Amino acid sequence: MEIFFQNIFNALQWGSFYALIALGYTLVYGVLLLINFAHGDIFMVGAYIAFFVATFLLGSYGVIDPGTFTGPVIVALAIPATMILTSLVGVALERIAYRPLRDKGAHRLYVVITALMCGLLLENGNLALLGASRKRFPDLLEKTVFSLGGISVTNLKILVIAAAIGVFLLLHFIVTRTKIGMAMRAISYDKFAIPLMGIPINNVIVFTFILGSGFAGLAGFLFVMSYPVLDPYMGAIIGWKAFIAAVVGGIGDIRGAFLGGFLLAFVEIGVVAVFPSTLRDLLAFSVLLLILWWKPTGMFGMPQTTKI
Amino acid sequence: MQKYSFKALLLAITVGFVLAVHFQLVDQYVTTVAMLMGINIILSTSLNVVNGYMGEFSCGHAGFMCVGAYVSSVLSVLLFTKDRVFGPALLPEGFAVIGVPLVILIGGVAAALAGLIVAVPSFKTRGDYLAIITIAANYIIISCLENMDVIGGPRGFQGMKRVVGAMEDVWDIPWMPMLVLVGTILSVWAIRRFVSSTYGKGISAICQDEVAAEIMSVNTNKMKLVAFMLSSGLAGVAGGLFAHVYGYVNPQSFNILKSTECLVMVYLGGMGSLSGSVLSAIVFTLLIEALRFAIPALNALAHQLHMVPASYEIGQVWKWVVLPLILILTMQFRPEGFMGKKELSDFFPFLKKFYQRLED
Repeated sequence: MEIFFQNIFNALQWGSFYALIALGYTLVYGVLLLINFAHGDIFMVGAYIAFFVATFLLGSYGVIDPGTFTGPVIVALAIPATMILTSLVGVALERIAYRPLRDKGAHRLYVVITALMCGLLLENGNLALLGASRKRFPDLLEKTVFSLGGISVTNLKILVIAAAIGVFLLLHFIVTRTKIGMAMRAISYDKFAIPLMGIPINNVIVFTFILGSGFAGLAGFLFVMSYPVLDPYMGAIIGWKAFIAAVVGGIGDIRGAFLGGFLLAFVEIGVVAVFPSTLRDLLAFSVLLLILWWKPTGMFGMPQTTKI
Repeated sequence: MQKYSFKALLLAITVGFVLAVHFQLVDQYVTTVAMLMGINIILSTSLNVVNGYMGEFSCGHAGFMCVGAYVSSVLSVLLFTKDRVFGPALLPEGFAVIGVPLVILIGGVAAALAGLIVAVPSFKTRGDYLAIITIAANYIIISCLENMDVIGGPRGFQGMKRVVGAMEDVWDIPWMPMLVLVGTILSVWAIRRFVSSTYGKGISAICQDEVAAEIMSVNTNKMKLVAFMLSSGLAGVAGGLFAHVYGYVNPQSFNILKSTECLVMVYLGGMGSLSGSVLSAIVFTLLIEALRFAIPALNALAHQLHMVPASYEIGQVWKWVVLPLILILTMQFRPEGFMGKKELSDFFPFLKKFYQRLED
């Protein structure tokens, strides 16, 4: 029974990472109908930025005296810094690679391929510049273990899960209750009529990329705090899986991405708990395939109607 | 004479290349690159059937290639050579001469059947949801093979070199270059005949408007089935050839990165342009190989000009930085790929005239 609850907390933690990344996919997709395949690598870049920000604040580069800040202060300072820097990366990609193509009226799949290439560029550029040796993220928070009736939960796990839920609620609020959220929904509804209504379409798109990449940065930070080894390919697999989670939830829908992320994590952890771990990908993806067979547009996706 | 000119040209190229390899006029490296080019041509043209002509977004092409590679290599090792796991050969080794092409075809058929994983959901699912199913199919296939310990699991599978050796014992000609060339020409021919036939035009109709196509008496489900199975079957053939050329297969060499390469070749050439796919496969292969030589040169130049610190070496890692950069730039300047939706004969009207005169 204790193992069962332990696994549930593990699944919640992994689900939070998947959900945070899947939210970025789904935001960009909802607005632009673009599968931003570079998003997993933006997560990786976020993790590296988190590493450099944290070591900078710890005083590794000689600008700040070591010991100026304590661990929790560093976390509090580094999270916003990481999110801002990562969102700059995302906006730069949009500005340099995607927008010129969009303005030329290229087929949307060419933009998808460009996104794939940008992802490869980030991955290998990182590998080439920083070298293949893996970096170790410093321990910032003292590990506290809460135990509730035999179930032990670290403070980090609670932080991760709380962050995912908080981000979800915030995004849900932004999309459904604010003016810019209304503009985002409007663009996904009709991209041609919206500029005529005086809505600055490019600003809204940039805002979407800021949100998506910022939360990818947050996910990167929380991920390396939990699993403190950084390598350039860490974003690739998580990114693909989060994308799959977003689609199973119903891509373009925030609730879908959130639940899809947790669903994928629960399936994966559940498989590992029962079967040998080499079967994880096989069974997890088979379950997702079955879900898509059963509901072809995902859990929250609307059936697409075609006008004749 | 004109009627046969193109076929004669192809035959001349094939015979010329095989003879050149046989008499060692070209070295091993050039031969390998040429064979890789042929395999890439099969991959990009076959993916173009689904992604270009039918307008779906399939991104798990390497998975089907993997099925073809494994089925054909396991069969050829099982049938034609002595193996540690499978025991003695079931058939005399000399049969390999006829057997290996057949086995590669069987690999293609198996891959076509694996294509059903994607083809059947495509009846109901479209667009990005189908893209996910293809990615999931790719992961599932690789994961399945990694869990089969009989055929090596994650360590990979080998022994095909011995089969090719057995073929050369029977008759000492360069078998693999010949098979790859024949396979390439036949698959491009098959795709060309398929998409330009009245029957095959149904897939372009599905791309433009599925409902209208249905009304115009195109059996959309059947067309999708045929298109997916043709595409994945040819990918399986490419996989079988790949396995026999290199003599070693590993599930991870057919992962999502390989699928990405296939996608890049299709979109670089242009969706729905067969000659574009062939061209981009050739350019892509040559680009990868050219970078292999360009990067040490770049390194030397950068050190000469003191542009990088002396301790830093520009290594082969930079190949995968420069390559995506080149492709991103290409996309910026030609947002429809090399050819767009056009074929080679649209760019060179004399080709069209040359072949149209036959019909008068």
